Amino acid sequence: MNFLRASAANLNDIFTRGMGLFLFLILWEAAPRLGWVRQTFMSPPSAVFRAIYLLAYRGELFRHFAISLQRIMLGLLLSVAVGVVFGLFIGYFRGVERRLDLLFQAFRQMSAFALFPVFILLFGLSELSKTIIIFWASLWPVLLNTSNGVKNVDKVLIQSAKSMGASRAFIFRRIILPAAAPEIFTGVRLGGGCCVMAVVAAEMIGANSGLGYLVLYSQETFNIPEMYAGIICLAILGLGLNYALYSMELFFTSWKQEIRIGE
Amino acid sequence: MKIKVQARRLCREFNVKNDRGGKDTLSVLDSFDLDILEGEFFSILGPSGCGKSTFLNILAGLDDFDRGEILVDQEPLKKRSFDRGMVFQSYALLPWRTVLENLEVGLEIRNINRRGRREIARHYLEMVGLSNFANQYPHQLSGGMRQRVAIARVLAYRPNLLLMDEPFAALDAQTRELMQIELLRIWEADKKTIIFVTHSIDEAILLSDRVAIMTARTGRIKEIIDIDIPRPRTEEIRGSIDFARIRQNAWGLLKEEVQKVNALLPGGLMTA
Repeated sequence: MNFLRASAANLNDIFTRGMGLFLFLILWEAAPRLGWVRQTFMSPPSAVFRAIYLLAYRGELFRHFAISLQRIMLGLLLSVAVGVVFGLFIGYFRGVERRLDLLFQAFRQMSAFALFPVFILLFGLSELSKTIIIFWASLWPVLLNTSNGVKNVDKVLIQSAKSMGASRAFIFRRIILPAAAPEIFTGVRLGGGCCVMAVVAAEMIGANSGLGYLVLYSQETFNIPEMYAGIICLAILGLGLNYALYSMELFFTSWKQEIRIGE
Repeated sequence: MKIKVQARRLCREFNVKNDRGGKDTLSVLDSFDLDILEGEFFSILGPSGCGKSTFLNILAGLDDFDRGEILVDQEPLKKRSFDRGMVFQSYALLPWRTVLENLEVGLEIRNINRRGRREIARHYLEMVGLSNFANQYPHQLSGGMRQRVAIARVLAYRPNLLLMDEPFAALDAQTRELMQIELLRIWEADKKTIIFVTHSIDEAILLSDRVAIMTARTGRIKEIIDIDIPRPRTEEIRGSIDFARIRQNAWGLLKEEVQKVNALLPGGLMTA
């Protein structure tokens, strides 16, 4: 009985949470079918899901999906490596932070899309320029969150370790790093979101694969259901990446989550 | 008796911005002299901003001083040392570590192996009566329990000089009284030198062998009162005539200094 009640509650939960999405799908299906918008420009979800199925059946979907994911992962890994290392360095040395903060805030505001033509000039229409635009877009949230995390470590924790005779290395590894970890992970998660956006732009210019390419190419060849199929797959990719990064964040910073719930 | 800490003509100045945007030098400690004996429970009382925490921070290696000298065990104070322990008002526990793991921090710094650390940590956790909370996180404990963990953490690596900066100030009144008795019990066991900074006259008298009263900024020692109440002490002594007499004396000395501080505030509180 308990089991039944639990699964009923689960079902109820799924229904509640899925309500908005469900109503949206109905509206989307109805709009072109009832002639509110022209079906040529807006395919109903039934046609879109059919297109997704056909793309998957032909193996194209997997190819585009995999190449987009690969570009995202490469860019994100690079920006995490560079952003975390520099972020730790900048956050640790107050003087460096003061001198570079304005520059980095300016870089952060500088749209990766606006810089794409520059990257193309410098690196050509290659994978390199694509990786760099994704790297650029995700670097700043990672770097600035990391340096913020280091800066905001509770001073008394450091003082306490110092009074026990801790070395600089111990303080850095055992106090600053774990204390800053939650903010670093938040930065990585934000960076992941930026990667998904940047990959679309990167694949719309001078690419012949990837979900961004699929969207633009379908539009140009007037294969509208496939265009929407690409858009939906991008959304799924973004959701999945965010979920994966979020799970990682939870795993590594569980103590923080408990405090949030506890207080 | 052996002198544990000796401060001579100690000066500490801070640069502060004044109203006109220029820089002023704020002298917090000036010609500060103090001797603290080995094995002594020594408290420092003083009005806010008199430099008592600054002195403690200097001793802990967390702050520098500008002139004068400090000797610990007849040697110049070292910035980094394994022989000191500091207990902070805000506990300073690592929130991502369990209670037991928090107790191990000082031992980790001393490169004691994992098994040894565990054993020592458990022993001291039992000493403060928190064995059942070994695997809890700090945020799951009450303020009094957190401070007991912080005290056990310092005791665990056996420093021979304990510095306590208003350790019970964040606790409620009842917990505070219980913690004072508990600290006495722990201290009686091995009588390590403790330097204890507080705002509470009663707390200082109950715990200490000697209580120093500091002047308002610039901080100096105004007078040192011997607390000749026999040990071991219990809560009951709070009601004794001796206690009341010492308290009266200490408050008389401290009041003048507190009034000096308040007179400097806009619309000073006390004019009596």
